[in-house]
Amino acid sequence: MATPVAHEQRTLGFTQPERPQLRAPRTSLRLRNALIGWTFILPNFLGFAVLTLAPVATLFYISLTSWNIFGAAQWVGLDNFARLIGDKSFHTALGNTFYYAALHIPITIVVSLSLALLLNQKLRGAAFFRTVAFFPYITSIVAVAVVWNMLFSPEFGPINQFLSLFVDGDLPGWTVSKDWAMPAVIIVGTWKDMGYYMLLFLAGLQTVPGELHEAARIDGANAWQRFWNVTLPCLRPTMFFVTVMVTIQSFKVFDLILVMTDGGPGQATLVLSQYIYQKGFEQFEFGYASSVAVVLFLICILVTVVQFLYNKRKEA
Amino acid sequence: MAARPSALRRSGRVLLYVVMIVAAAGIMLPFAWMVISSLKQNNQVFTAPVQWIPAPVQWRNYLDIWVKADMVTWVRNTLVLSVAVTLLQVLTGSFAAYGFAKMRFPGRDALFLLYIGTIAVPWQSYMIPQFQMLSSWGLNNTLWAIMLLQAFGAFGVFLMKQYYESIPDSLSEAARIDGLSEYGIWWRIIMPLSVPALASLTIITFVSTWNDYLGPLIYLRDRSLWTIQLGLQSFIGEYNAEHALIMTGSVLSVLPIALIFLLGQRYFVEGIATTGVKG
Repeated sequence: MATPVAHEQRTLGFTQPERPQLRAPRTSLRLRNALIGWTFILPNFLGFAVLTLAPVATLFYISLTSWNIFGAAQWVGLDNFARLIGDKSFHTALGNTFYYAALHIPITIVVSLSLALLLNQKLRGAAFFRTVAFFPYITSIVAVAVVWNMLFSPEFGPINQFLSLFVDGDLPGWTVSKDWAMPAVIIVGTWKDMGYYMLLFLAGLQTVPGELHEAARIDGANAWQRFWNVTLPCLRPTMFFVTVMVTIQSFKVFDLILVMTDGGPGQATLVLSQYIYQKGFEQFEFGYASSVAVVLFLICILVTVVQFLYNKRKEA
Repeated sequence: MAARPSALRRSGRVLLYVVMIVAAAGIMLPFAWMVISSLKQNNQVFTAPVQWIPAPVQWRNYLDIWVKADMVTWVRNTLVLSVAVTLLQVLTGSFAAYGFAKMRFPGRDALFLLYIGTIAVPWQSYMIPQFQMLSSWGLNNTLWAIMLLQAFGAFGVFLMKQYYESIPDSLSEAARIDGLSEYGIWWRIIMPLSVPALASLTIITFVSTWNDYLGPLIYLRDRSLWTIQLGLQSFIGEYNAEHALIMTGSVLSVLPIALIFLLGQRYFVEGIATTGVKG
């Protein structure tokens, strides 16, 4: 991407001696402007191009090679992708990722929107509540995971002690149980992320015109009808942004699972990102790991494009 | 007749307050448990029923942790990284944002779209090629890797551009007529006007670098390079039965961030709202 700059520098060199021509000053001004514009962007763009764009581009190449700790990358065409089809662990990781996403996306949206609506009621102490609800989002995943693991502790953890007041018989084993580990992770993920989306919704709610609510009230619409027919349609841009962000965030979930369950017990919470990590950084199969990464990449791009198109159609 | 709806509304409001208080208590419970456990003797952490007030209060944990864990090194490394990344991100991000928001030249919008597009690309999908590249430069197992990794994100450019667009162009036009160069306009006019956005970006970047676990996990192998997140995680593995001490370490790792957040909460909230509303 350095070419446009080089190109402009060259043309600038040519235009300057031709000053006497009438139109030259304007063109040279435009070129000068472009050059200055680029100098503003360049320091950040260089880092961005080298550290983000270049790795993304090479990802596809690496995924088509067999490259491991024993030797250099060797072209194998689609072999890695063929191997994915029969790889049970990959299927598990893919399934678990969709499991996490299928619950985490709707729950987070509903909870964070409810919190935002609650805060928007202008109750006393709302500012304090906003701080509280947002606080989990800014705390580190390691500290949060270890606390929750203790809270979820099956025998003496406070959560099961609380549940035993209402439930007779077997209590969930949470992070040590194959069936309950994923719900436990989803609970923590939602608890941690909801504050962020709550803020986005809250900002969106400020853009809903008050007169519309007044008019609906006069027409006899109850609170639920007002929410459904006034608030929600007005929130569509925010809803779109939130949905895209929470979707991507769900499909790439990694550090939370890594520190809470390490993919376990067994492979009960193994997700795509972690499988990439295991193959790449623990077993040093860079080529194969990259083919899993391509799958993750495509999923995220695909859901974003679909949501974008859906939003476009609704807007029209 | 008139009293009824208002009584109904009042009881509705009371209900809302109850919901708010219960929700707040539920959300804060893990933190309360963290702090309380950090002040307990180890064998008091898990008791039935839960002991909500530590007796006796074990302040000792907060001394012991510095001996048992290499907290000083971890905090120092984390600080170095957070400060360096924040400086780079704020400077290059706001500089680039000026180009995107206030200059007009061919290719600008396509370039910005490229930046936005990467928001949909998870880092996990390209961490391997990135690791190979930085390793081939000899940056594996150095703090430089993390600085480079974190400093040039699209987020800073995006946030600052959104803010710059709310500053009227007439200001920079006037300065241009007065003979100020574009760089002069950025530094003397736009930067002083964008202090709230700069504060937002500073706080958000600092906190996310402080909390980053995956980058350091992949790049930093030497114990002398570990950040507080890596250190805490290894401490948890090593002393997995020392529940109280683990909670002490957790409190210490969250405390600086909690303070920064409470002091700069307004900027945090505004920064997030800015990127969301027009996003």
